[in-house]
Amino acid sequence: MNADAAAGQVAGLFEQALGGDRRALGRLLTQVERGGPPADAVATAAWPLAGGAHIVGITGAPGVGKSTLCDGLAKAATSDGRRVAILAVDPSSPLTGGAILGDRIRMPSAASHDGPFVRSMASRGQSGGLALAALAAVRLLDATGHDLIVVETVGIGQVETDIARTADTTIVVVSPGWGDAVQANKAGLLEMAEILVVNKADRAGAGDARRDLEHMLDLGHRGEWRPPVTLTAATDGEGIDELYKNVQGHRRHLTETGPRVDGRARQAAEEVRRHLHHWGDLTVDQPSEETEALFADVAAGRLAPSAAARTLLAGIEPDTAGEVIGA
Amino acid sequence: MTGAAGSAAPGEQAGTQPVRVVLAKLGLDGHDRGLKVVARMLRDAGLEVIYLGLRQTTESILSAVEQEDAEVIGLSIHNGGHLTLAPRMVEAVRAAGLDVPVVVGGIVPDKDLERLRTAGVFAVLGPGASAAEVAQRVRAAAAGRP
Repeated sequence: MNADAAAGQVAGLFEQALGGDRRALGRLLTQVERGGPPADAVATAAWPLAGGAHIVGITGAPGVGKSTLCDGLAKAATSDGRRVAILAVDPSSPLTGGAILGDRIRMPSAASHDGPFVRSMASRGQSGGLALAALAAVRLLDATGHDLIVVETVGIGQVETDIARTADTTIVVVSPGWGDAVQANKAGLLEMAEILVVNKADRAGAGDARRDLEHMLDLGHRGEWRPPVTLTAATDGEGIDELYKNVQGHRRHLTETGPRVDGRARQAAEEVRRHLHHWGDLTVDQPSEETEALFADVAAGRLAPSAAARTLLAGIEPDTAGEVIGA
Repeated sequence: MTGAAGSAAPGEQAGTQPVRVVLAKLGLDGHDRGLKVVARMLRDAGLEVIYLGLRQTTESILSAVEQEDAEVIGLSIHNGGHLTLAPRMVEAVRAAGLDVPVVVGGIVPDKDLERLRTAGVFAVLGPGASAAEVAQRVRAAAAGRP
């Protein structure tokens, strides 16, 4: 499909989605996930209209309560008069490509037509792809008038921290018994947090977890903003109001301390970077005589791996890259 | 090339996109073991399952279908209400102007199969259905062929 045909196909749906049509928005998100010219058309339509939303990333180990917290946050924000969308990312099987996207069962408010717009997204294999589709989806949700967009990811990898990096506010969730003071000071996900949550706070050890996190913060944190540590029991709604207050507090902090346009430039850079990353993945994923020969050279010690990678990247021209992702 | 989103174009390569199916139980029917097994079967066959689970309404299922852009609705019924619930779901889909096939799984006596088909149910899968058959029927439903 050429770019013009793709743009035509997308334009009608985009108009409808702007008018609040959830079905049209659902279809556009599918285009975004599939990539190619229709996804490009969605992106160019969405960027000029995007920028108004507060993008919140929520991440943490499986089963820690992220989806339930999302539901709580969505309810709090909705009753505060805001339009909410949730993007829930779950892993695809690396073996079959299949996935069970089970976040909606923790989100009863998603069941009604006037609840938050909830989209489940499978990571679909390669790292580059997940981040690409998720970022583009966030942009689309932003452009279609959602004030608060919550992106839920399992925070166990580089990709997830990449997504978090493009959020305005990142919430990292732990539960009692998750680790100790040494864990709290290890590099990685916790450093990304603008808000820390100890969920399942009705269980033993919640106080210890909060203490360890506070001590970690006492030793230093990024910038002026000290991440608040919030205790929640999401299934009972306990602490949700405080969490929402902290989300709002961080949003205020962002508007007071920096122009939002910097954030947009940063997000645009991140999206472009992900495309580069993705094309790099594709070059390797699609075996050709050239790639096989390079891999053989590396295995035989004739060529350094980084030199092989440079050769492959140099072979990608923008037009070719467009074809690779399915023009 | 499998995997990465953004890799395949719609059209010629559309067949490589995972089929998205919503799985749910409608109304008061607490037996979700079968639905969980089917979810796993479909996952292992490479489909994307949007799992809604117990105590859904036609409204909540349609809401999920719209937002998730699902291609198939899988309805699990074990309470004997299939002659009421399945046609109700099909009607709700039609009334919403959607073209999404409904596949029923669970305990359905042979004598009721024809009535469900007449009511517009795409396929009925009983306890004997193999994992391969379940995946094949759901894929066929998504592709709009019998």
